[in-house]
Amino acid sequence: MILAIASGKGGTGKTTVSVNLARAFDSEIQLLDCDVEEPNDHLFLKGAPTGREIIGIPVPEVDEALCDGCGECGRFCEYHAIVSFGTTPLVFPEMCHGCGGCTMVCPVKAIRETAKPIGAVETRRAGNVTLVQGRLDIGAAMAPPLIHAVKARLRRDLPAILDAPPGTSCPVIATLRGADFVLLVTEPTPFGLHDLTLAVEMVRALGIPFGVVVNRVGLGDDRVHRYCGQRHIPILLEIPDDRRIAEACSRGGLIVEALPEYRGLFRNLVGKTMFRTNPKEA
Amino acid sequence: MKEIVIISGKGGTGKTSVAASFAVLADRPVIADCDVDAADLHLVLAPRVLERHEFRSGHEAVIRPEDCIGCGNCVDYCRFDAVRMNGTDGGDAGFSIDPAACEGCGVCVRFCPAQAIDFPERLCGEWMVSETRCGPMVHARLGVAAENSGKLVSTVRREARRVAEGEHRSLILVDGPPGIGCPVIASLTGATDVLAVTEPTVSGEHDLERVLSLARHFEIPAAVCVNKWDLNPEMTEKIEEQARRAGARVVGRIRYDRAVTLAQMRERAVVEVEAPCAEDIRNIWKQLV
Repeated sequence: MILAIASGKGGTGKTTVSVNLARAFDSEIQLLDCDVEEPNDHLFLKGAPTGREIIGIPVPEVDEALCDGCGECGRFCEYHAIVSFGTTPLVFPEMCHGCGGCTMVCPVKAIRETAKPIGAVETRRAGNVTLVQGRLDIGAAMAPPLIHAVKARLRRDLPAILDAPPGTSCPVIATLRGADFVLLVTEPTPFGLHDLTLAVEMVRALGIPFGVVVNRVGLGDDRVHRYCGQRHIPILLEIPDDRRIAEACSRGGLIVEALPEYRGLFRNLVGKTMFRTNPKEA
Repeated sequence: MKEIVIISGKGGTGKTSVAASFAVLADRPVIADCDVDAADLHLVLAPRVLERHEFRSGHEAVIRPEDCIGCGNCVDYCRFDAVRMNGTDGGDAGFSIDPAACEGCGVCVRFCPAQAIDFPERLCGEWMVSETRCGPMVHARLGVAAENSGKLVSTVRREARRVAEGEHRSLILVDGPPGIGCPVIASLTGATDVLAVTEPTVSGEHDLERVLSLARHFEIPAAVCVNKWDLNPEMTEKIEEQARRAGARVVGRIRYDRAVTLAQMRERAVVEVEAPCAEDIRNIWKQLV
């Protein structure tokens, strides 16, 4: 089972749900922090690092001795990452998507690919949780290749939780593809509802079954509940607006440990999502 | 021209609530919502749309099934796993492209032996020029599951600059996206000032450090304010100290106040309602300009 935690709006509690849900599992579970721009799961699940690997994307390197300045690479590149003015081309690695096209179109085979680092994949062990996280380098623009590298560590024989970045664009899509079920975390406010509707459109476009988690219930109004009710979207967990939760999280604490009365909520969520992803097993 | 970009690293720290309040407090600003993924500023500023433009960017590969010979070369060429094999469930054999995965590089288009792949321009969203009670606003909506949010952000900023020049306005307020990746870089490059809104949590602290490094990377002077500071006063002090060490100016604190949500529900900026924290935001604005 691969369960992804996403949201349109940032700061609704994706990380909170991910880390507490992971800890509420009794058995071995993988948690993949795919918010590689701002990975935070490790702040809540402390454990010994078990590995670190630098991840690069393939970018072109031009052999000046072979290049005849024909400019075919620059005409082909959709991203303006390689530009030629009748001379040996200039390469702008930060624009490169690593498609390999320039290497293939060069008639004199003057271009080869070298790896440009964009970040790292780090693993650590925290009790029942194996945490895998990506960490994008400062100034690196492209998160999706690093997200793919994080997801490549996924073991199919163990359940996995994917903590997605906020929004609805490429990094989120890169995270959600292949997930069996998505939990959309929102809050009962106008911003929360608006961004939830975008997120619902997104998961529908991807064709993945989903449910909603409403965080900070009591903070705003009931418009998120009405929206979900009208559209028959299941609300699988409601977390009350409790200042003690905010304070525990601010210190890097887990709700299921600092406030044991909430442990049942997350245990229930484990059961509900297991049932929805695979009714036979649950 | 002054261009103040409000960012946070971590999402949900209160960027948009602060940006809306600044829009009310500023003297003749142009407002730009660069959180094109999950734009919320319009929920407070209620823009009346004057112009609406399609945002087209890049291309996408589309296989013509009638011409596809089923060789599968495109599967090997594609570095983005965007080619799907059909027919495994008994339907037509052949291949198709997953538009959400296609990055529009054109390799499959170029090397398809049957030349069976089209490469049309991709509609990625739309951008609007509007008027609000605080001044003109440029905003956008990225298509769901679309690419190129960075380029849409650049479009919004370029148009905001054009409006500012046309109307002789000297201040652009930019509500930025969360994170540190491509849309944030597109929001920051060439801006004159950055304000990072953070919160006193382990996540806020961690993400602020990364976002301040990014501002330094682009050599843009940064200011920091801590929202909901009284949730964890020790963490607030720690974050402010960290910000100073990183060369940022600490411009104030905003107290935890449920009036922020109440203002949002009434479609008002925080400084437009009676709220204790409104005073905090006014002070930050004074410090900033």
